[in-house]
Amino acid sequence: MRLKETIIVVCLALGLGIISCGPEHVIKIGVVAPLTGDVKTFGESTVNGIMLAVEEANRAGGIQGKQIKLFISDDKNDPTEATNAGGKLIELDGVVAIIGSVSTKCSLPLADKCQVARIPMITPTSTNPKVTVTDDGRHKEYIFRACFTDSFQGIVAARFAVETLKVKTAAIMFDVGNDYSRGLADYFKRLFEERSGKVVAFESYQKDDVDFSALLTKVKQSKPDLLFLPDYYNKVGLIVKQAYQLGLTCQFLGGDGWDSPAMLEIAGKEVAGSYFVNHYSADDPRPEVRNWVQKYQARYGQKPDAFATLGYDAALLLIAALRNAPNAKPDEIREALSQIENYPCVSGEISFDANGNPIKRAVIIRYNETGQEFVTSFTPEE
Amino acid sequence: MTYFLQQLINGLQLGFVYALIALGYTMVYGIVRLINFAHGDVFMVGAYLGFFAIASWRLPFPVAIVVAMVGCALLGVLIERLAYKPLRRAPRISSLITAIGVSLFLEYFTSLKFVFGPYFRAYPRPFAVRTYELAGITISNIQIIVFGVALVLMVALTLFVNRTKTGLAMRAVSFDHQTAALMGINVNNVISITFGIGAALAGAGGVLYGIAYPQINPFMGIMPGLKAFVAAVLGGIGIIPGAMLGAVIMGVVEKLTEVYISSTLRDAGAFAILIIVLLVRPSGLLGKKQKEKV
Repeated sequence: MRLKETIIVVCLALGLGIISCGPEHVIKIGVVAPLTGDVKTFGESTVNGIMLAVEEANRAGGIQGKQIKLFISDDKNDPTEATNAGGKLIELDGVVAIIGSVSTKCSLPLADKCQVARIPMITPTSTNPKVTVTDDGRHKEYIFRACFTDSFQGIVAARFAVETLKVKTAAIMFDVGNDYSRGLADYFKRLFEERSGKVVAFESYQKDDVDFSALLTKVKQSKPDLLFLPDYYNKVGLIVKQAYQLGLTCQFLGGDGWDSPAMLEIAGKEVAGSYFVNHYSADDPRPEVRNWVQKYQARYGQKPDAFATLGYDAALLLIAALRNAPNAKPDEIREALSQIENYPCVSGEISFDANGNPIKRAVIIRYNETGQEFVTSFTPEE
Repeated sequence: MTYFLQQLINGLQLGFVYALIALGYTMVYGIVRLINFAHGDVFMVGAYLGFFAIASWRLPFPVAIVVAMVGCALLGVLIERLAYKPLRRAPRISSLITAIGVSLFLEYFTSLKFVFGPYFRAYPRPFAVRTYELAGITISNIQIIVFGVALVLMVALTLFVNRTKTGLAMRAVSFDHQTAALMGINVNNVISITFGIGAALAGAGGVLYGIAYPQINPFMGIMPGLKAFVAAVLGGIGIIPGAMLGAVIMGVVEKLTEVYISSTLRDAGAFAILIIVLLVRPSGLLGKKQKEKV
């Protein structure tokens, strides 16, 4: 009996060994994104974009004859889950690079994990500067991103508020426990004040809050021309609805976290007439964008949002790097990524600066009763 | 002054919703000495039932509240029969841990994709939002509905407990199980009715919460549940008017701390009140002094 069991165990072990020791016919890429929870449309769009890019590359023959295989992991927009997902992808699945995560608070711990494990990571959409830079200002050399940063987004929002909307006073409400929200609130406040705007209310709330009536009453009391809401669509929808209920009727302005097909459903008609900063607009007449919108609509039956676009762009950058990395080893991929220059992507031509951040333009989009419309764009040089 | 009154109304709105949840805690504690930690999740189920009644079945709003109340009452009775009744003679810690288990079960089971799903959903409002200006204070029809429904339910509950035979039986059972049973009261039925009524109130609270703060998810019950529990303790657990008073105080203190001190200290402010009250009056605001039996 004992012998029989031993034989079975040995056979199983050998069997597993044979499978895992065989030559790699695929290149394994990990994806970390929030597919459930409070920002699930972000994750779904991003993964749709990534899958489209990978399908195209695989159909065109893959990378040096090898197909790309995606390992997709859900982080539920929770930093702990993001760390676990990263650990699983690196240690169990053996991926050579990771695309992810979507929100800043998840990308921060994931970036630390990848940096230590020396696995290149490219976040499609996390805008907080600290994702690619350590606290003492050095670049985490394995970490890149496909989007602009909040310091630039803050400039764009402040310039739009002062130059186009001509507002004098602003109120800001942000989630104190969300690195993205807090970071963007701080940038906007500083840059708005630099342009001689006055911040009349700077109020924070917490992650699970749903009742904003007290804070909004306080904001209303300060009579701002503009209310800046740097948070994700679910929270923004709640705040905007309750603001309307309290009779607060100033202009609303937000960041790229506002871009979601679910925004109109959640915020209702109350959000119409509000502006936000974004990475791209589906109305952009550039041929790359036209072509991309067509392709995406044919595959998924809806217009791509910025998350889908940045997911696609991040995958394009990684695929380009894989083509230049002879053996698809993590260190070679990192090297190839850092050398990318003026690579044509949907959201613009991408080159990385010294901190792994692309330099590209931002757009302003307005919500109307039925959807989004392009308003204007800002380029970094100006 | 108008600003203060406006903030007071915001606090009262929250307090009234807390009150509907706190009543369930206090009634169940009064009758079986159990802190039913799954109560916040029953509140969540109520919010979802209201959501489906309005969004999927297109029922009018008052009917949606009734659907949520009936559904939650059944759920409450079911939980009592399956989870707590077998443990009624066991040490109290066993039922307490079971209650936490039921709570986690409800949260994660409803998170499954084929139940409610792990998503945040926008709560539908079956009517347009209107606001009224009254001497500088803005009041919305949503606030009026929250106040109205909560008040009606609380008055109805008070009348039920004090004026009906079943209410008398409930009070008798909460006083002494064995004596009540000797007097011919069916203790099991009375306990089931208590769970049912408590859960129905939480269900109505869920729907009101949903229309007031229009976003729901399977974990939405945790924080309101905890706050309502604290409110029940603050007012004197086991005492029905105490739960209402405690809840209204909690709601108002929370909102006033948020605007006059700091939003990050909001929960600290609410819980500080609890600590102070319990130091001065250990059995709660309306609690009677009890001599410790040795």
